[in-house]
Amino acid sequence: MAEERRPKQCTVVLPTESMKAMAESIGVGQLQEESCAALSEEVSYRIKEIAQDALKFMHHGKRCKLTTSDIDYALKLKNVEPLYGFQSQEFIPFRFASGGGRELHFYEEKEVDLSDIINTPLPRVPLDVSLKAHWLSIEGVQPAIPENPPPAPKEQQKTESTEPLKAVKPGQEEEGSTQKGQGATSAEAKGKKDGLMRMKPRSTHELSVEQQLYYKEITEACVGSCEAKRAEALQSIATDPGLYQMLPRFSTFISEGVRVNVVQNNLALLIYLMRMVKALMDNPTLYLEKYLHELIPAVVTCIVSKQLCLRPDVDNHWALRDFAARLMAQSCKTFSTTTNNIQSRITKTFTKVYNNCWLDDKTQWTTRYGCIAGLSELGPDVIKTLILPRLTVEGARIKAVSDGPVVSNIDKIGADHVQNLLLKHCASVIAKACPLPDNVEQYRADYGYLGPMLCSHVVKARAQAALQAQQVNRTTLTITQPRPTLTVSQSGIGGSGGSRTPSIIKVPSSLTLMSTRPGTPTQPSPPATKYIVMATSSGSSSTQQVLWTAVLLFLFSLKYLDTPTHSRLFIFTIFYIVE
Amino acid sequence: MAAVQDGQLNMEVEKDIKTEITNDGSGNINANSSSPGSTSSGGKSKSPAGSGEDQQTLLAVLQFLKRNKLTESVDILRREAGLSADADDSPVSDSAGAGSGGVPNVSADGGDANSLLSRVSIATPVAPPATAPPKGLVRSHSKVMPSGGEDQPDVNVVLSAYSQQGDPVLYPLYYNGLKKFIESVLDCHRAELSQVFYPLFVHMYLELVYNNHENEAKQFFEKFSGDQECYYEEDLRILSSMSKKEHMKGNETMLDFRTSKFVLRISRDSYQLLKRHLQERQNNQIWNIIQEHLYIDIFDGMPRSKSQIDAMSGSLAGEGKRDANKAKVFYGLLKEPEIEVPLDDEDEEAENEEGKPKKKKPKKDSMGSKSKKQDPNAPQQTRIPLPELKDSDKLDKIMNMKEATKKIRLSPDNLPSICFYSFLNAYQGLTAVDFTDDSSLIAGGFADSTVRVWSVTPKKLRRVKSAADLSNIDKESDDVLERIMDEKTASESKILYGHSGPVYGISFSPDRNYLLSSSEDGTVRLWSLQTFTCLVGYKGHNYPVWDTQFSPYGYYFISGGHDRVARLWATDHYQPLRMFAGHLADITCTLFHPNSNYVATGSADRTIRLWDVLTGNCVRILTGHKGPIHSLAFSPNGKFMASGATDGRVLLWDVGHGLMVGELKGHSDTIYALKFSRDGEILASGSMDNTVKLWDTLKAFDDVELDDFTAATGHIHLPENSQELLLGTYMTKSTPVIHLHFTRRNLLLAAGAYNP
Repeated sequence: MAEERRPKQCTVVLPTESMKAMAESIGVGQLQEESCAALSEEVSYRIKEIAQDALKFMHHGKRCKLTTSDIDYALKLKNVEPLYGFQSQEFIPFRFASGGGRELHFYEEKEVDLSDIINTPLPRVPLDVSLKAHWLSIEGVQPAIPENPPPAPKEQQKTESTEPLKAVKPGQEEEGSTQKGQGATSAEAKGKKDGLMRMKPRSTHELSVEQQLYYKEITEACVGSCEAKRAEALQSIATDPGLYQMLPRFSTFISEGVRVNVVQNNLALLIYLMRMVKALMDNPTLYLEKYLHELIPAVVTCIVSKQLCLRPDVDNHWALRDFAARLMAQSCKTFSTTTNNIQSRITKTFTKVYNNCWLDDKTQWTTRYGCIAGLSELGPDVIKTLILPRLTVEGARIKAVSDGPVVSNIDKIGADHVQNLLLKHCASVIAKACPLPDNVEQYRADYGYLGPMLCSHVVKARAQAALQAQQVNRTTLTITQPRPTLTVSQSGIGGSGGSRTPSIIKVPSSLTLMSTRPGTPTQPSPPATKYIVMATSSGSSSTQQVLWTAVLLFLFSLKYLDTPTHSRLFIFTIFYIVE
Repeated sequence: MAAVQDGQLNMEVEKDIKTEITNDGSGNINANSSSPGSTSSGGKSKSPAGSGEDQQTLLAVLQFLKRNKLTESVDILRREAGLSADADDSPVSDSAGAGSGGVPNVSADGGDANSLLSRVSIATPVAPPATAPPKGLVRSHSKVMPSGGEDQPDVNVVLSAYSQQGDPVLYPLYYNGLKKFIESVLDCHRAELSQVFYPLFVHMYLELVYNNHENEAKQFFEKFSGDQECYYEEDLRILSSMSKKEHMKGNETMLDFRTSKFVLRISRDSYQLLKRHLQERQNNQIWNIIQEHLYIDIFDGMPRSKSQIDAMSGSLAGEGKRDANKAKVFYGLLKEPEIEVPLDDEDEEAENEEGKPKKKKPKKDSMGSKSKKQDPNAPQQTRIPLPELKDSDKLDKIMNMKEATKKIRLSPDNLPSICFYSFLNAYQGLTAVDFTDDSSLIAGGFADSTVRVWSVTPKKLRRVKSAADLSNIDKESDDVLERIMDEKTASESKILYGHSGPVYGISFSPDRNYLLSSSEDGTVRLWSLQTFTCLVGYKGHNYPVWDTQFSPYGYYFISGGHDRVARLWATDHYQPLRMFAGHLADITCTLFHPNSNYVATGSADRTIRLWDVLTGNCVRILTGHKGPIHSLAFSPNGKFMASGATDGRVLLWDVGHGLMVGELKGHSDTIYALKFSRDGEILASGSMDNTVKLWDTLKAFDDVELDDFTAATGHIHLPENSQELLLGTYMTKSTPVIHLHFTRRNLLLAAGAYNP
């Protein structure tokens, strides 16, 4: 494993400089070039020999990582005293130094204060070995439980959905079908035996009783009234690896739920459903492409619908629109390909609605807000090409509402929100695109009613940008918020006016990172390992170097090398004695 | 055995023993290889008109004999060689004491001579061995005294075979010439003749290295190493690191190449073709190598195809000779002792438990038929002495039968359930696992030298009370067996301390009273599961013991390790009963045949050997793996064997015929666990690649058509049907599978350590 695959690499010999450096480190000053060469060759050979023996110990230890203890045992096999105390906290404990045209790696030996050691609290005792049983397979079917790996890896889901006709390699296909065949395994295997036709492995959609229970619990918790339960459920959706089977149900649940609740104007439920979408998208083991046809309409509905709540003047449906718009942008980014063209189709949809609003003054501000939000989340380019040209018209309309005589409260609020939204998104784009200076008159000429306000926003944006000069691309960062999360203020009943302020609370992302997957065999972070791990996978030459150096260090730390001329003989003798 | 007389020589002598053992079993020692090609050794004593070198060698031998006061043999030798007494006296300066003293028998003194020999040989590494006399001396010694020296080819003897040399510049030319020739022959011969490349390459390279042509060797290696089959990569790597003559000494792989002839199977036609070519071209260099270092097993018939050859090759020393697999193997099962099953009880129980009294009948029938007939392929019941059944064993057998009636019949449509036991918090330290046959206990061996035993049933593990407490027990009471147990010690797991190195092998005795563990510290330990203490430490292996296994009947066990010798022990003897020597590299896994008359060993030399427990002979050499073998399994009927190696392939073998009958590809890493289901329909394999795979073995064995020809020649044509045979793949969550076990009801248990 730790060795080179190609035989050519095996002729690698340690450089003679290393020999010199090491000789110097033990006080041998003048080592002749010849003896250096002889030494390095001999040492390289012995190290290879030891490494090969160490590999045996690795194999029998049922590991794929070579450890220092393996090398110790290999040395013991040759009757060489093993390296004692070669332990390190670090992966590679060597320090680098250069000077006088030479480069050097050395092992830093720090002086240790005993009282420090005595006073430091003892490390946590590592957990004792324990035994845990689970079902890897039940009558040939692998149950989807946290102890088992996800039934279908994401890559496979992706290839399946994006390239359904592409023939998978026979080995993979077999593996795939047996992994998620879920009962159809044997039948499929049979079909393969006699059938000439190679059918795409069909995934069945029957849920086991456990899965049905899980589905019921999760969906109830997601739309139920207990916020703690909901958080747990969403967490489960976002992290559980075995949800592949339930994905169609979830997606139908969401789309149906949105359809019903939009009609009933149940804002809270809509928000819950959107959070479910978010959680599904966050799940690293799911690939949603196949279900976008259900999810996208639901999300778009939540963005542009005329009315999302019973009391549009009080409830904060704007936050939902923002949230959904962000979700939309995220899914565009993740799933848009040249074949499905999601991004452009979504953009077109928003523009069309928007255009309709244009012609029709009676369009609700809510829809308008949704379109703008949806578009502006798609990125600065979209804002520049689609929103900026219309600022003038939009400004006039807002002006009409705010200054006009007969205004309903709802309209006023709507106009207000649209105005803020436009200012927020456009300012950053303009700040980037337009040259200085910011002339209020110029802005008024360009953008009409909104001009002056925009100008002040742009100035503000520039000042901010200047402040955080090092974070140049901050604007793009804000546009695609990675982890928006919604909490709902169920203020519909209370009707307090304070609910107007958007109540978006960002959960610190670290929280999600730290959380463990529920039900997995939880492992404590391993305590400071006792040995350094030498090699991870096949043939990285650097690890091999480390390995050699480790052995080398040993050879030289013996401090037997008295005279340089006898060094070669010495090495020979050591090994002859040993053997 | 060489008598150890000299303290300093301890090491050397030990090494000698090791090499001797290596040669004993392999059967192809170079001592017998005095083939016509290498006349320098065999013919010289009879031809006084030998070359100058022969003369010199002879003198050296005489000198040696004289020094060892073997005057009688000196006389004989001299007479036979027709030398005058003064001819050899002149070079001998220290012959003052010659002739004095008693005249010991040559063969009786073999041991003594040997230790002296090793003293001679210890001198040689210091003096450059290229000089003729000491080398010749050692070498011819081994010929003259077949009793001692021949069995113990010293390193130098081995190496000296490389002394003959041609012009180093010509080596690539020779090799190239042969390569061109082989590429130009008819297709049907090409595959067969291509087998010659690898051993030739190896020996030519070693010859170059031995004769100090370092640069030429390097060039030769670089030029031709790429042509070799990929499965020799590992050996090539070792070879390439050997670039100096000094390296050759003490290198075990090197010794293997030398002490064992590389076996090739070639059809007569192809062989004639090769021979003719080499003779025409006067290509003596290559011809010599073929004569000396290769064993060509010629057969009559069609040349083999490339795929046939590839299936069988890959081992360190070529294929097994056909003769090696000719011996009869009694693979049948022993007759089960007749135990009266309390049928009425059973009946009641069955009704009480499940309400299905139907099962009684078929069971009765099957039992009756089984116990009556004696399998013609089975060994004599008393071929090896087996321990008598105790009452508790009989009870266990009855339990076993009861369980067997509830066994699920597995088939491709009815796959077993798999229960996976994950070892948590093992920190990469789990090295071995075993289950008891009744699946009630699990034992784990760990890198920290501990052995842990878990009970997986509600019944906790209890220790027997101390002697003082035991004396207080009423021995007449009915529940005395319960009373001797100490309730206070009840726990789910127990830790056994005693080893001083990682525990690599672990095995429960069939009666669940004992546990064996083998470790890096060179010992095998026997633990009592009644007292949870160590009973015996079996010392014999001086190097790590990679695996140990109890016989299915208990009492005997086998162990094998780095010293290449498998030892058969009985639990009540502290010395081994049998030593099975012949493998050319570490023995990596061991297994008893279900009838306990044979043991199988897998090795890092990529061969599997089957040994007869009674005679100690090697009865099968199975080649075909391309990497060290790490797992073995016998089918329950004893007829087939499966083996898994680091190359990720499972090979299936017909034990009776000594043939490979199947190849299961699918794993991508070392296979550490193999097990047949209780009825043998399904083979489960577990691997480092974190998967358990199930294979349809019934179909695999059915698909193989064995006609007389294939059975006779062993040239099997393997069907490419791994994908059809694969019934299921079950991924674990980053948990390598290192042990598998079918319970008596055919539930598959798997075990491994979770590596987060």
